[in-house]
Amino acid sequence: MNLEFSGEHLAFQQKVRTFLEENLPSDIQDKMKGGLRLERDDHVRWQNILAKQGWMAPAWPAEYGGCGWSTVERYIFDEECGRAGAPRVIAFGTKMVGPVIYTFGSDEQKAKYLPRILNNEDWWCQGYSEPGSGSDLASLQCKAVRDGDHYIVNGTKTWTTLAQWADMIFCLVRTSNEGKRQEGISFLLIDMDQPGIEVKPIITIDGGHEVNMVHFTDVKVPVADRVGEENKGWTYAKYLLQHERGGTAGISNSKAKVGRLKEIAGGIKAGGETLMDDIDFKRDVAKVEIELQALEYTDLRYLMTAASGAPIGAEVSMLKLRGTEIQQRISELLMQAMGYYANPYMPEAMEYGWNEEPVGFAEAPPLAPAYFNIRKTSIYGGTNEIQKNIIAKMVLGL
Amino acid sequence: MDFSLNEEQQLLKDSVDRFIREEYDLDKRRELAGSSDGYSEENWNKMAELGWLGASLPEEYGGFGGGPVETMVVMEAFGRGLVVEPYFATVVLGANFLLQGGSEALKQDLLPKLAEGKVKMAFAYAERQSRYDLHDVEFKAEKSGDSYVLNGEKGVVFHAAAADKIVVSARTGGGSRDAKGITVFLVDGGANGLSRRDYPTVDGLRASELTFDNVQAEAVLGEVDNGLSLIETVVQHGIAAVSAEAVGCMDVLLDTTNEYLKTREQFGQPIGKFQAVQHRMADMFIKCEEARSMCYLATMKLDESEALERAKTTSAAKVQIGESARFVGQQSVQLHGGMGMTDEMNVGHYFKRLTMIDTLFGDHNYHLKRYSDM
Repeated sequence: MNLEFSGEHLAFQQKVRTFLEENLPSDIQDKMKGGLRLERDDHVRWQNILAKQGWMAPAWPAEYGGCGWSTVERYIFDEECGRAGAPRVIAFGTKMVGPVIYTFGSDEQKAKYLPRILNNEDWWCQGYSEPGSGSDLASLQCKAVRDGDHYIVNGTKTWTTLAQWADMIFCLVRTSNEGKRQEGISFLLIDMDQPGIEVKPIITIDGGHEVNMVHFTDVKVPVADRVGEENKGWTYAKYLLQHERGGTAGISNSKAKVGRLKEIAGGIKAGGETLMDDIDFKRDVAKVEIELQALEYTDLRYLMTAASGAPIGAEVSMLKLRGTEIQQRISELLMQAMGYYANPYMPEAMEYGWNEEPVGFAEAPPLAPAYFNIRKTSIYGGTNEIQKNIIAKMVLGL
Repeated sequence: MDFSLNEEQQLLKDSVDRFIREEYDLDKRRELAGSSDGYSEENWNKMAELGWLGASLPEEYGGFGGGPVETMVVMEAFGRGLVVEPYFATVVLGANFLLQGGSEALKQDLLPKLAEGKVKMAFAYAERQSRYDLHDVEFKAEKSGDSYVLNGEKGVVFHAAAADKIVVSARTGGGSRDAKGITVFLVDGGANGLSRRDYPTVDGLRASELTFDNVQAEAVLGEVDNGLSLIETVVQHGIAAVSAEAVGCMDVLLDTTNEYLKTREQFGQPIGKFQAVQHRMADMFIKCEEARSMCYLATMKLDESEALERAKTTSAAKVQIGESARFVGQQSVQLHGGMGMTDEMNVGHYFKRLTMIDTLFGDHNYHLKRYSDM
């Protein structure tokens, strides 16, 4: 047993660190560190830099344009990106639909879509949830009816993250009402730029516009854009959900936030000293820091198990569950640190380059909205209650 | 980075696990805990013969050259068995005091005997007013010729009755809560002027209140007046080791409770089919995983050269272990319902041990405060 990375891995870490120092645009880094709003262009700019370097989708098999990095190297890359304050690559293309396409897709689909993801040409979004189908995803109703070489799609998808910026959407649609509900679902790749698709914003409690409702009215989708077999979409969807859960612990990002929390709280006056001298606040910070450390080393244990080739199962549900609880706790403490100055709502102050006189503390504007926004993390990707169901069933056999 | 055991460590684990599985069931443990010594001399000799007592000691002192990971392997298995023999007091605390603070002659003399099972030890440090502060020492040592004479009282000294040698912290200078002025002494278990009040503990171990009336010290361990850092180092080893013991206890509770949920039926189905119960069990699984991670971290950080980093990790681990142990222990009893309350089932015995482990060297509140001050 030992805790050190090998020399080879340390060299890799240095390589990534140097790349980030030299290539991460400073305005994007500032926005990330200050919790300010990122525009579509910020994501595109950063992802173009990664695409140029060939680092857009490290986990893909090399034959499809992955980096051929080991499990540990991919971990180091994510860790360094979080540490440097680089935006996470939008997961829908690289981490979700991409693996589904190269695993289950046709040669034509692979040739058409994978390079466009790697080159950052398509922005993908995810059409899974529906107004009537949340945790019980298999109850979905959005319908695709075969008409010659096309499907005609009608229905509504919701909570579609950044659909307003997307070029493509991958959708679970109902192609059959026979038999088990799971056996009548197909997986379609749909161009967003066509008649019959309408994107309506959903404004969330933080005042932001991240998610949308997407309506489909007689949308024509070529049969050639169905992944795998008709009515087998549930298998591909489950495969994808496992990929999604694996990446949601957000540990390096939380570590950076704890650092920021201490820095901010250390500059806030309280009880004649600073907030970091307040015994209760200090203990709350210590507590979440310890929880994060326990999660980090659990993540590393699973990582090393995976690196040794042994299967890692539903234990990753624990990473999602605890990772999101910790993200929420940190965001709560950041907001609490502001005291009264959590109150002013100033969306304009969350834009980069806003340089008017701040109200109260300069750090304050994004902190309360971030707290409200981050409540989503225990809901998306399978609610935390669903994760507990998975642990109970898959790990404990209950 | 590697979280796996090497070949020797795996062999050690297999051997200790087999012993616990085959020769240390709850009835046996109950019998030993109720015996006059409170443990088995035969088991102790066996632990020596099988090389477990010397597993973590350097070869030049009669050991097998292992370290903290070997100790962790043994302690985790002993947690699974709720072992009552004084391994922790002797090998983790006693041997580490000798290794880190003993003269070469003392090490040459005592460590091989310890590995052979011929010397048992105990560590007397707690005082009624000290609570968990290791630096709060009123117990006095005064220079007398070439040696020191000890006077005062020490409380809740685990396995003192079995100990051939007792390590004692005493004040040789400064005020009663000063970090400086503490010295660590070695005392013979049968020394003149040393009297004991022995008692069982709630979790089936043995401990004593000790009164020292002009007791002659045999040796000074570490430096005079600078004993606190020696104590803290040994206590870090102790915390890593009890973390492993707690992980072993929690593992048993997780398995036992999970099995129970699959067999106990109410309302026409196994109670493990109820979601409220499933979620509790998932929480228990998570607490166990977190405890194991922090146990590994604390064990591996014992070699960390940066003192602050080492101290922080130790406190973080003790917080996690305390909280996990409390949750897993309490919920195991809860999920067993009335049966969890019975002395007959193993659940309560693990719950009691886990509860008392939290008090050892400072509970989760104490270490959370310590961590937040660092």
